[in-house]
Amino acid sequence: MNGAAFTAFAPFELLGALTIAVMLLIAIRRDHRLTALATIGGLALCCVVLPIAAPTASTPVTPLFVVDGPALFYAELVLLAALVVAILSYTYLDGMGDGPREEYYLLLLIATLGAALLPASVHFASFFLGIETLSISLLGLIGYASPRREAVEAGTKYLILGGAASAFLVFGMALIYADLGTMSFVQIGVLARVANAPDLFRLAGVAMILAAVGFKLSLVPFHMWTPDIYEGAPAPVTAFVAVVSKIAVFAVVLRYFVLAENHADGALHTGLILIAVLSMIGGNLLALLQDNVKRMLAYSSIAHLGYLLVALLAARSLGIDAAAFYLAAYAVTSLGAFGIVGLLSAPGTGRDADRIEDYRGLFRTRPFLAASLALMMLSLAGMPPTMGFIGKFYLVVAGVGTGLVWPVAALVLGSVIGLYYYLRVLVAMAMPVPDASEANPPAPVSRSGTAVIAVLLLLLVTLGVYPAPMIALIHMTVGQG
Amino acid sequence: MILLWLLLIPGVGGALAWAVGGRGPEWPRRVAVGALAIDLLLAAALIGPAAAGRSQWIARLDLPWIPQLGISFELDLDGLSLVLILLTIALGIVSVVISRTEITDRVGFFHANLLWTVTGVIGVFLALDLFLFFFFWELMLVPMYFVIALWGHENRFYASIKFFIFTQGSGLLMLVAILGLVFIHWHQSGQLTFDYFALLGTKMSQTTALLLMLGFFIAFAVKLPVFPFHTWLPDAHTEAPTAGSVLLAGVLLKTGAYGLLRFVVPLFPGAAHMFAPVAMALAVVGILYGALLAFAQNDMKRLVAYSSISHMGFVLLGVFAWNTLALDGVVMQMLAHGVSTGALFILVGALQERIHTRNMRLMGGLWGVLPRLSGFAMIFAIASLGLPGLGNFIGEFLILLGSYQASVVFTVIAGRSRGVTSRGDGGVAPRDHRARRLSATGLRPSGAKHRMATP
Repeated sequence: MNGAAFTAFAPFELLGALTIAVMLLIAIRRDHRLTALATIGGLALCCVVLPIAAPTASTPVTPLFVVDGPALFYAELVLLAALVVAILSYTYLDGMGDGPREEYYLLLLIATLGAALLPASVHFASFFLGIETLSISLLGLIGYASPRREAVEAGTKYLILGGAASAFLVFGMALIYADLGTMSFVQIGVLARVANAPDLFRLAGVAMILAAVGFKLSLVPFHMWTPDIYEGAPAPVTAFVAVVSKIAVFAVVLRYFVLAENHADGALHTGLILIAVLSMIGGNLLALLQDNVKRMLAYSSIAHLGYLLVALLAARSLGIDAAAFYLAAYAVTSLGAFGIVGLLSAPGTGRDADRIEDYRGLFRTRPFLAASLALMMLSLAGMPPTMGFIGKFYLVVAGVGTGLVWPVAALVLGSVIGLYYYLRVLVAMAMPVPDASEANPPAPVSRSGTAVIAVLLLLLVTLGVYPAPMIALIHMTVGQG
Repeated sequence: MILLWLLLIPGVGGALAWAVGGRGPEWPRRVAVGALAIDLLLAAALIGPAAAGRSQWIARLDLPWIPQLGISFELDLDGLSLVLILLTIALGIVSVVISRTEITDRVGFFHANLLWTVTGVIGVFLALDLFLFFFFWELMLVPMYFVIALWGHENRFYASIKFFIFTQGSGLLMLVAILGLVFIHWHQSGQLTFDYFALLGTKMSQTTALLLMLGFFIAFAVKLPVFPFHTWLPDAHTEAPTAGSVLLAGVLLKTGAYGLLRFVVPLFPGAAHMFAPVAMALAVVGILYGALLAFAQNDMKRLVAYSSISHMGFVLLGVFAWNTLALDGVVMQMLAHGVSTGALFILVGALQERIHTRNMRLMGGLWGVLPRLSGFAMIFAIASLGLPGLGNFIGEFLILLGSYQASVVFTVIAGRSRGVTSRGDGGVAPRDHRARRLSATGLRPSGAKHRMATP
């Protein structure tokens, strides 16, 4: 590792150092506020350092990683999202009363480290290590620090199913290694082009990797765990699962499938189309049946990842850019939506505000949060003037440009179905206030939480009306050179 | 720049109306009327240059927006847009004024939504970048959805969601069609652009053109509405508050007609010509079907809503006849329908506010109690039915005259359809004593309409 590589890798090194520092801090002094401040400050520092330390050309860091445009873009997205989650978590944990809370931030940082490294991975080893670092700390985050039984249940589910998925991932990687004798993405692509005959090992390997990735991204038919985990986990953790882990895994998958294109002899393409269509239609249809907002958002995220697969399939024409923009839009929107769910919850009572009745009359009791949530829902539904609209437009551009008839048709159909349940939340918020809550005025919402939502809202609308700077940034970093 | 101001004034006015909502209900109304009045003056100032008639395009504006995707913020105004914008703003002012007594709850937010709807509609009439057009097309749905869902009548949630899903779903089809067109143009010319003028005259195979045209057509047909896509309209119109109904019927339906005139036929002339018989057949079915359903209604608002379907059938007929006479008729019909139907919705709203029902069976003998209101109702009802001397007659007559040149068969059916419905109406009305009394009072616009419209 030479000097240039060391500098290029600085934000990740800093993040690692920060993790250790926070661990030591907890050992020396248990203080929720202090730990949270250190975490938030450190993450903010990482976010600032990343663009400053960015190398001008793509820099390989050991055979495992490469620091280039896409890696930096997605890592920054991961870090920013983690920062938002950390701030929201502070409010949430603060409302929970006594009990150990400091390790939460440690787990959060480790998970963020795994997630931030994934977009830079160009090797099966780093791919697997990143995913495991992320998943194992997530497991702790889901079950930790919540008195709710559902949280423990969700954690256990994630442990067992996630373990199975990881086994698939490793096995798939091993099969490909057995066939081609390399674990580097680039080498796999090169060798697969030379070895033209379709190969059973490779096919089986890719299928297994696809299954594992499908689990991590909660794509149909590997989505079964999603609603339970989303519902069971505390709202800020749900935001983390929904946003950070999805961005990271999608980024590495994008890199893998683009670099090592066609190593599965076309079967991968068909498989992805099938999974995309199933996720878009299935996710939206299942979301229709939910009365629980967290479960509804879980199914809707399944559908959104399905939309994202359209970009992956269209990677040759604009798809890469579309995926980057859509992930950013999805991150802002989902963080906002789960953030608001978290702010409305009273974690001390052991229940999150996740039933649709909890949102009745919100326009009257908390106009700002209601208007924000309304815009988040419109963004998820792909309506202007929000980022979600531009993002969906971008996806359709990529899809139509590549001539993906069925995925685009499913995207349109899924969006129409999706409207119904997003609007349901709006309708609930517009309904008259139930009598019970009129007697006691709503508890004040934390200022830091409200400020975070305000910033997200500003981004959502500004980049929804004037997306050119964001698109220029994506062109500069992610765009295929 | 004046075009940007046309958009900005109601947009910012809406935000302002919301902001001053806390100071009492009068403030948002003042702000809303003020903003719209300035906007109206601004639009009226463009009549002069329009009348001078130097070129088709009176004013234009082109700003870079998303250059990476060939999208620009391009607004262009010609006579058609100007006329429709004037109608939009005028009906906007009317909607604010008539909501004084009906809307007492969340007044600020209500007026914000009204003004934003107006903004979205003006944007639709101005945008000539296809992406910008789509942006405004979707944007105008959101505030209208809130108007129906928050201030509507009993069944408002159902109606507002139905309205939203129908229009947004069809809008996505249009998006796919827009992109199809853009990509075909891209492959031919190597230039990625959403500019209307660049895309005019893009060459493509007949099948492709027909498919893309259908994408546009369905979106506009849902909005207009054309026969099999009309089912959202009676619900939305009926459940919306009066101001919402006025804007829906007066203005939002016109965006569908505008889209057909501006995009469907010019972008796909060959396909539109091929499709014309089908479209005209749908138009005739709509005219007949809307009228038939209209006189089966007891709910007065539903009746006006169904009669709108019938009137908009004439617009579709005229558009696809595509000759000067018919097109003049289409514009005339749009304006006249905007005014007369808007007025009828206001009258129904006023009645509902006073007697708390829209059921016409319970309204017998109103003329004696409300002579002036009933008088107005009669005037607008006979305007709506197309009595010579009033605007709607000119519109429908020109359309029929124009479509006669295009297709004798459809013109005859469209003309006769009025006779059929009126005969059916005559058969139904006397059976119910009260309804008969009511139609005698002139408070049953469509009932009177069909009887007198028999050629």
